[in-house]
Amino acid sequence: MSEKETNVQTRPLSVASSPHLGTADSTPGIMLDVIIALIPALVSAVWFFGPRALVLTLVTVCATVGSEWLYRKLMKQPTTIGDLSAAVTGVLLAMCLPASTPYWVAAIGGVFAIVIVKQLFGGLGKNFINPALGGRVFLFASLPSFISRYAAPGRDFWTSVWSSADVVSEATPMAALHTGQLPQNLTLQQLLVGEHAGCLGEVAALMLLAGGVYLVLRKVISPRIPLFYIGTVAVLTFLFPLGGVGRLDWMLYNLFSGGLMLGAIFMATDYVTSPVTPTGRTVYAIGCGALTVFLRYFGIYPEGVSFSILVMNILVWSLDKAFLPHRFGTPWFKKKAKEASK
Amino acid sequence: MVHRFFGGVHPHGNKEATERVSIAPLAEPVPQVVLPMSQHVGAPCRPTVQVGDAVKVGQVVGEPTGLGAPIHASVSGKVIAVEPRPHTNGSPVMAVVIENDGLNTAADPIPVPAPVEKLTPEQIIDIVRQAGITGMGGAGFPTHVKLSSGLGKVDTVILNGAECEPYITADHRLMLESPEKVIQGGRILMRCLGLTKLIIGVEANKMDAVEALRAKAPADVEVRPLRVRYPQGSEKQLIQNITGRQIPPGGLPAHVGCAVFNVATAAAVYDACYAGKPVTHRVVTVSGRAVMKPTNVLVPLGIPLQTLVDAAGGFKGAPGRILSGGPMMGVAQFDLSAPVIKGTNALLCLQNREFTPTPAGVLTCIHCGRCVGACPMKLTPLFFNQRFGAGRYEELEGLRILDCIECGSCAYSCPAHIPLVQAIRAGKVEVRRLQAEAKAAAEAAKAEEEAQKEASVK
Repeated sequence: MSEKETNVQTRPLSVASSPHLGTADSTPGIMLDVIIALIPALVSAVWFFGPRALVLTLVTVCATVGSEWLYRKLMKQPTTIGDLSAAVTGVLLAMCLPASTPYWVAAIGGVFAIVIVKQLFGGLGKNFINPALGGRVFLFASLPSFISRYAAPGRDFWTSVWSSADVVSEATPMAALHTGQLPQNLTLQQLLVGEHAGCLGEVAALMLLAGGVYLVLRKVISPRIPLFYIGTVAVLTFLFPLGGVGRLDWMLYNLFSGGLMLGAIFMATDYVTSPVTPTGRTVYAIGCGALTVFLRYFGIYPEGVSFSILVMNILVWSLDKAFLPHRFGTPWFKKKAKEASK
Repeated sequence: MVHRFFGGVHPHGNKEATERVSIAPLAEPVPQVVLPMSQHVGAPCRPTVQVGDAVKVGQVVGEPTGLGAPIHASVSGKVIAVEPRPHTNGSPVMAVVIENDGLNTAADPIPVPAPVEKLTPEQIIDIVRQAGITGMGGAGFPTHVKLSSGLGKVDTVILNGAECEPYITADHRLMLESPEKVIQGGRILMRCLGLTKLIIGVEANKMDAVEALRAKAPADVEVRPLRVRYPQGSEKQLIQNITGRQIPPGGLPAHVGCAVFNVATAAAVYDACYAGKPVTHRVVTVSGRAVMKPTNVLVPLGIPLQTLVDAAGGFKGAPGRILSGGPMMGVAQFDLSAPVIKGTNALLCLQNREFTPTPAGVLTCIHCGRCVGACPMKLTPLFFNQRFGAGRYEELEGLRILDCIECGSCAYSCPAHIPLVQAIRAGKVEVRRLQAEAKAAAEAAKAEEEAQKEASVK
């Protein structure tokens, strides 16, 4: 039988609802892009805090991926580690821990993030708060003494891999800002490249921004949430500087200190826990920004990014409901509707 | 002022295979044609011929029973059956089957009472109705109804040459090879609606067609290149793009003073008014990697899809999926004896790697919001899928599920490849069922109330 005579009726034809085309993008691909976008920040963390930063990241990734695999196995559910979302959670969790965090503490954070925050609610797409932030805040609330010593960059480069007991801790820029002063002996350049104490992924503001640009170019995230988040913080800190420092300096130090860049670019943009509607996203991001400044000014902790995002995470469902896009073909104002019907 | 429609996607065009292939008629006459009585939006037609009747090309074989347009024989010969036959929409439909005598004996042309330039709007509408012209872009809305409902309300008339679906080049070739027909047909429609300006919108990936049209366009015709973005050719989006106006929910183009006709519809109007010819043929693109020689063919209506495959040189390898229409909105076919109808603009035979199969297993929505960004109607497809999956049908109407035009941009952009359009279609069925139930319940309550009133009066 020649090709031409092929009778299609005898071969299975696939039938499905339109559309018959789909994007080449996939969930694992998107997650991989997020991991790639975090690499510059991770590299600078290793540069400043030594290989311990890398080992710590590996520990959290093993904890998140391992606990997801084990949980799904025990619950007799299909394995989902292939979607790479657990790996992203692992990297992000490490990014918001100080380099001196004991490995076992980091591992507990990873397990909490995956099992309690994510899987108990049904896994990917069902959790209502960001797992990495959930893990961080859990550690912050329950084991604070282990994650509140911030190593100064450049010291104990190799020795710290095995033991973090004798780490020389230093105040973070946020601690100074919390008292209404600019951090001493810290230039803006040092702040931007990350040469100061802090969590792994908080310090290198420029590297985080580079990752953000990559995500925007790859269309993984829209710039809306980071811009409105950072913009809100910028406006509020510029309008209301604390303690007699220059407005501009105060604003810049506030923008590039602490977890703002990491939070605005990587945490607040987490798909599952941010709104889908454009207006909802704007309101969410402004809310994150306003809460961050509020907590930094009036909270008992120096930093407020984690709590702000977690609070706004809880509101996502309501924001999506409240800010559905304006209906196609309907007037914006009721008055116009009357005119049109006349 | 430049307007844009919301959202949209940009799938690969895949038009290279056929965009330079001239429209050719079939090499050999077909032995028979199957003319389904349902080729348009509205009520199916009633067959007006019986088994054994001799028919000529252009003779009416089906008369509309409600909203609709007559159906004409596309070949001459003998009626050999009037019975349900397979249809491209999936379920059998009453059809008139004609055995071709190969003579192409023509029936009397449609009477055109005056020179075309002097026809009144009513006369034009009557000719269009008699010619059985329906929207040739796919949807198949009867053109005479569009004209009569637009009389006096329309200030902008647009010819749709966007052809935004991948692969399809039937309209492209028509504009390129018969620009005169498209333009003059469009001008008849323009004059019918009492207007002095005609806009022809063509996606900018067909600049040769734009040039061909411009070369023949008189001063009252504007040929406008459009941004290459799907679904540019959707009526609502085309109007928004050209005029900035948005058709209200449940409304028609006439509500915003617009009338949109496909370029092939305009060419059919030209044939009807200048030659008295009803719709008996159309141009179909046969493409996809699973045919030997992708091509554009001018075929009589009612020929089986298999004949199109043969016209393209037969299958090359095993087709994985066969579509009537484009890959974004086309209908997957399982029976190639189904016929070409007035709205069939393409037959695509796709190899397995050319289409995206729905993945097996549980598909997880990660709430990325790409479907929301892609939706040209500003809807939230992920919530339709979510509510439908949870059985919360009563929430779907409030999310405006009935506004959906089923263009498929959401499902196309979904990284989890969730079949969103399928969920939306099923959701619409549930919403309409709930609406019908609510209506029935309200009527029952009203009837009971009145019965009680009567009882109390007695």
